[in-house]
Amino acid sequence: MSDVVGNAFIVLGVLLIVIAGVAVLRLPDVLARANAAAKASGLGLASIFLGAAIHIGTTDAYVKLGLAIVIQFVSAPVAGHVLGRAAYRSSPEETSATLTHDDLAGELPPRGTPPASGTAHR
Amino acid sequence: MTLVDLALAGLGLAFAMGLLRVALGPTVADRAVATDLCLFSVIGAVTLTVLRTDAAQFEDVVLVATMLGFLATIALGALIGKGGE
Repeated sequence: MSDVVGNAFIVLGVLLIVIAGVAVLRLPDVLARANAAAKASGLGLASIFLGAAIHIGTTDAYVKLGLAIVIQFVSAPVAGHVLGRAAYRSSPEETSATLTHDDLAGELPPRGTPPASGTAHR
Repeated sequence: MTLVDLALAGLGLAFAMGLLRVALGPTVADRAVATDLCLFSVIGAVTLTVLRTDAAQFEDVVLVATMLGFLATIALGALIGKGGE
């Protein structure tokens, strides 16, 4: 029984990561790619961890892989946000394919200008 | 354990697609996203290695790699966001 559940979680996780790979290869611009990679690989990796912990079954595995799942769930959205923001700041013209509503349009200085001293945006 | 082999092959496929995006990627941020995905597929493969070889030491490797991957992504984001392309 636990083998079946573990297998199901591992298959789900690997499928999500493969889908993230296809998305990184085929989506039209960097914001879409960062979004797809962050969502799919965050949940996919956590799912693989859970499946492996169920398979192994020791307390050690549950503790370590459970902690890895928590870290993954906390860090994946933050990392995705940081990468998207960095992409927008480094090359805004490359992010125009899917960006229909630009919340940061007036917030950030145009590319090439040094940030004004004392601003919180870095 | 044929399912684990199949899963490892799938992770290898994801890694290869990430590498292709690193080679193609028009911007540095594209390459950062793709290397992130490559790291995730490697961590998944290490996790499956625990099942394949019954080597429980790799559980620690998974835990540390997860944390280090996050730190590396944050550092890359800060580096790219400053505009040095």
